[in-house]
This record gives sequence, C-alpha cells and structure tokens, in this order.
Amino acid sequence: MLEIKNLHARIADDGTEILRGIDLVVKPGEVHAIMGPNGSGKSTLSYILAGKTDYEVTEGDILYNGESLLELSPDERAAAGLFLAFQYPIEIPGVATMTFLKTALNAQRKARGEGELSTPDFMKRVKDKAAKLQITMDMLKRPLNVGFSGGEKKRSEILQMALLEPSLCVLDETDSGLDIDALKVVSDGVNALRSPERAFVVITHYQRLLDHIVPDVVHVLSKGRIVKTGDKDLALELEKNGYADFVDAAA
Amino acid sequence: MTIEPRALETRAETELTEAWYKERDALPGNEAVAGRRKAAFDAFRQTGLPHRRVEEWKYSDLRNRLKSIAPFAARRDEAGAKSVLAGLDNVYGDVDRHRLVIVDGHFHAGLSDMAALAADGALARPLAEALAEAGEALMDLPAIATKDAAVGLNAIFCADGLELVVPAGVTLSKPVEIVHALGQDAASTAGRVVIRAGEGAEAIVLETFLGGTEGTFSNTLTDIRAADGAKLTVARLQAEAAGTTHVGTAVVTLGAKTAVKVIGAGIGSGFARHQAFVAFTGEHARADLLGITMVRKGQHVDQTLVIDHAVPNCDSRELFKTVVDDGAKGIFQGKIIVRPHAQKTDGQMMTQSLLLSEDAEMALKPELEIFADDVQCAHGATSGEIDEDLLFYLRARGIPEKEARTLLVLAFLAEAVEEIGEEVIVEAFEARIRAWLDQAA
Ligand SMILES: Nc1ncnc2c1ncn2[C@@H]1O[C@H](COP(=O)(O)OP(=O)(O)O)[C@@H](O)[C@H]1O
Ligand SMILES: [Mg+2]
Repeated sequence: MLEIKNLHARIADDGTEILRGIDLVVKPGEVHAIMGPNGSGKSTLSYILAGKTDYEVTEGDILYNGESLLELSPDERAAAGLFLAFQYPIEIPGVATMTFLKTALNAQRKARGEGELSTPDFMKRVKDKAAKLQITMDMLKRPLNVGFSGGEKKRSEILQMALLEPSLCVLDETDSGLDIDALKVVSDGVNALRSPERAFVVITHYQRLLDHIVPDVVHVLSKGRIVKTGDKDLALELEKNGYADFVDAAA
Repeated sequence: MTIEPRALETRAETELTEAWYKERDALPGNEAVAGRRKAAFDAFRQTGLPHRRVEEWKYSDLRNRLKSIAPFAARRDEAGAKSVLAGLDNVYGDVDRHRLVIVDGHFHAGLSDMAALAADGALARPLAEALAEAGEALMDLPAIATKDAAVGLNAIFCADGLELVVPAGVTLSKPVEIVHALGQDAASTAGRVVIRAGEGAEAIVLETFLGGTEGTFSNTLTDIRAADGAKLTVARLQAEAAGTTHVGTAVVTLGAKTAVKVIGAGIGSGFARHQAFVAFTGEHARADLLGITMVRKGQHVDQTLVIDHAVPNCDSRELFKTVVDDGAKGIFQGKIIVRPHAQKTDGQMMTQSLLLSEDAEMALKPELEIFADDVQCAHGATSGEIDEDLLFYLRARGIPEKEARTLLVLAFLAEAVEEIGEEVIVEAFEARIRAWLDQAA
C-alpha cells in the first residue's frame, strides 16, 4: 500500500536536511508505529506524505498503491485515500465545522467520480460518528476547532478520519495532550476503523497509546533515519530504557 | 461676490462649470435652494475637483480619474426607465418589499410601489418636488459633511432623487428597496435620497447601485435622519458596471436613543469612493457601520468614514473588511472624533484587509481625534494574506485549492456578514460575494 524508498528531504526555505534516507513498507491492514525523540523528523515525514510544500524531496520516492505520490497535490492525495491527523489541528475562524466536513467529503467524492451526499444523509453520518467520539452537536456548530480543548481537537481529527474513510491513516501524536479517558475514546475510534484494507501509521512519543492501538511493527526514527525496527515489544523496551541507545547507535 | 477661477483648470472642471451654466435654471428648488447651489458652485470654482493634495481625498484622486465629464442625464420617460431597469440584476429577487426606482438620478413613481408603501404608513415623493416645497431644510447637512467636495458637487447638480418619510411611531412591515439604476450611455448623475425616520419609527432600507458604463460618473448622496428613538438599518450595495466612477455618500444624523446600522458593500465600479459622515446629535444613540469591499483587476475602491461623537453617551462600532485581488487597490480611511464634552463615548473601529495577490494594494488610515477624557475608543487595522497553513489543512482534507481559497475568503468576511443581522440582507450580500469569488480565474 505504502512504500517509502530512500526518502531524503529538506526544508525548502533554508535547505536544512531533515529526512536522510527513510525506507518503509506498509501493507494493507497493518499498523506501523513510528517512535522517536523530539525533532527526529516524525512530523516532517507525515507532512511530506500529505504534500506540504514547505519541504523538498531531494532523493527517493513515495509510492502509494504502486504510484508515486510526489507529483500529487495535497487534495489529490486526500481523494486517493490518504489522511493525516495533525499533531496540531488548526483553528479556522469563520468556517463552520459542519460546512467544512461537508465540503471536504463532497470534494473527495467528486474527485473520485462519486455523487454528492444529500444533506440528510450527510447529517446522519456525522451524528452517528460524532456520538461515538463523544463530540456534541454544539461543538460541530462552532467554527472549525475554534475554542476546542486540546482533547476535543484530537477527537475532531478522528471524526474527520471516520467520515472520510481513508485507506491510509497517518496519526501524528494523536495521543499528546489527552488524559486517560480521552485516550480511550480516541483509540476506540481508531480501532473501530481497523480493517484488512486499511493501514495505519501511528506516530507517537510514548508507548502508552500502543497499549490501545496495538501495532504490528514498531520503528524508531532518529535524526531522519529509521534506526531500528521490531515488533510491539520494541515499544516496551523503549519505554523502559529511553531512546539513548538507538540515538547513539545512529550517530 | 465674484470668485476668480483657479489658474489651471482641468477639462473636467471646465465641463462642470459649463454644465452649471447650462443646467442651473432648470434645476429644481425654491430660491433658497438655488442660493445653496450657487454657494456650492462658488466653492467648487475655488477648489475644483478633489485631488491627492486634499488630505481627505489623498488616496482617491478624483481630479485625475475624471478626464472628462459626461453630460448630466436627462429624465427618461417611463418606458426608457423601465428598459434600463430590465437590463439590470434584481438583487433582492422575490423578497417581499416596497421597491422605489431611481434611474439616472431621477425618481420614477410610476415604476415604484407607491400605494403599498403608503398603505404601510410611509411616504415617498420625488426630491425635485420636495425641494420646491420644503426648500433648503432638505439640503441641510451636519457640519462634518458640508465641506466635502463630492457633497458640494451633489448640492450643485442634484436634479432629483427622492424623499422617504417614515412618520413617528411607524414600523414598516417590509423593507424598502431604493434602486439607483444607471443607463447604458455614459452620463453624469447627482441623485439624492433623503430618508427621514420620525420619532420611534423603524425601517429597513435596501439601496442598490447598479448599471452604468465606461464614462459614467454617479455622485449620489443619501441623507439619513433618525429622530429620537428611531431604528434604521440601511444596506447599501454598490455593484455598478466595471468602468464607472462612483461616489456614494451616506450622511447619518442620529437623534437621542436611536440605533442606525449602515451596511455597505462595494463590489462593482472601476473607481469608487464610498463615504459616510455620521453625526450624533442626541445622547444614548448607537451607530453600527459595516463594510465589505471586494476589488480586482484595476479597480479602486475607497471606504472613508467620519464619525462625529458630538454629544455624550453614544456608541459607535465600525467593522470594515476589504478583499483585494490582482492589480486592484483598496482604501480605508476612518476617523472618530470625540468632542470635548462628549464624555462616556464608546467608539470602536476595526478594519481588516486580505490581499490575494502580490500586486494587490491596500491603504489604511484609521484615526482617533479625542478631546474628551472619559471615553473608551480604540481602532485596529490589519492587512494580511491567506494563511498557507490553513490552506494546507483544508487541502489535506481533499478540498481543491480554489475551493479552499474561497472558503478562507468567506471566513475572512464572516464576522462582518454575521454582524449584518438581517437575513434578507445577508442572503443578498452572500450571493454577491460568492458570485465575485466564482469569477476568480
Ligand atoms: N518548516 C520548518 N522550518 C524549520 N525547521 C523545521 C521545519 N519543519 C521541521 N523543522 C525542524 O526539523 C526537525 C524535525 O522536526 P519534526 O519533524 O517536527 O520532528 P518531530 O515531529 O519528530 O518532533 C526539527 O529540528 C525541526 O525544528
Ligand atoms: Mg512532531
């Protein structure tokens, strides 16, 4: 499903190299966790997958279902089934959450040659999915993410994911800023979406999330490279010993 | 008294002078009105058209813009007026309203809903008739407006327009639309509307400015007078044809305990100056001014305000949003004056602009002139571009770039649109805003 080959990338503005040769293969149905210290390039990788132009790919390629993503615009990638849950979801004053959800869903459907959803159908879908994530109608009436708490923003991201039904979900530190209860709601939301056709790349700093969303593979990212890959026990090991061993090994 | 003309006169100024000699005997009004016109003409002879060295007009050089003045429009017959109207958008569609029609500055009672308006309790009559009878009192304006060059030109040449009276205690059941339609041949017009709301009266007035062509010069004035306790909402939508030169002045006089909201949208014309002069004359009144301006491709649209807190205990709120695209220029000038004894004034002015391209230009000039000490006044001005992070977020959800930009422009304007508060106006303005955005390549 996703194949990242020797990916090198730098910041477009100043040329600083952030990713220094990443290789990663994710198959349908799999959950991959990417862990690593702050500043190792996790968010950068997620942004490059989503198509942010602040970064320049200097080497390598990203294949999605066999085709390169690099030439596609962010909206084309989304319509093709890629979803990024942002580490820092953005507030957009003046754009009502409902309007946003409807515009996004219908834009993707249109891009895929599917018909627009009628308002009642759309409302029903949103209500069902919002209820499961404990998102109130009152929140949906507000402008997108405006005045949402940190936890509410993360739940709002998962709602968008549930509604858009992507095939590759990239979650960037969706657990940060969540208390135990909210973590459970969010993880249940993610687990409900797990299916043999859908894959997840879960970026996290802490092992905690992986108790709830159990990964098939765990990677350690350090200084823009994957320095270790293992099964879910690797996350436990990291929790106990910290990143120091791997970071040093990479240096 | 004879006044020497200025040494160097532009062609347009000469043409205006000639027009005065040609038209003056035919212009309506009694003796006193004629005296007012003459005084205004004498002032014009001294100052000429306003230009960039006149502080209030420094961003909108009307003298430079007007290379020549098309002849003042004669009154069309009813069939002619009707065909002008038929060629223009019906902005308020099938909204139930009283429609009053002005074509090229001349009121057409025959095309207006006179009977229904009267049945609802209000009166309209041609300004020409009102000037002949009521005379110069109809031309009285607050001091902050009288010296303005465009106001002076309107006083000189105003041939007609209308007087709308909502008597004391009357609340109109429907909005009144005043259409300012311009014909397809280049002409100059100087229509004037006087809206007089009696004590405690309430009304919604929808002014639409439409039509015209390259070479059209429309210089309208709307004089809004709210007697004590009156409540008025006046929505002014300027959507004239691309080549026109439009000057639209709104003068607002607020009595005690009044609430007047003036909503202006400047979306059309090639060179437009919208100005508002707001004078508080009684305590505990509130004025709300909202502005939405959208310009592109060589357009020049100016929003200029003067708010005169001349009495204590009044509130004013000004919120002006401007969207500027390629090769266009937006201007906001706003001045709040608080006179020495106008204690407890609360005046808040905010102007924000969104520049959609690199060669979009915005000039901002907010000013406070405060002479009282116990007041709350503030102004803010911002100018920015579309936030790339917001754009990326929307696109990452599958929304194509153009649609995402449209959403963000609407989001920028949302606050001003929400403040409108009248559904009929919101719908009409939103339709215009969306149409403008859809035109973007
Ligand atoms: N747009 C950017 N401009 C400047 N520096 C950036 C930018 N994006 C990332 N960086 C830098 O790249 C490094 C990796 O950042 P990031 O991918 O956010 O790390 P992580 O998500 O693993 O904490 C950091 O040193 C960060 O400061
Ligand atoms: Mg990060």
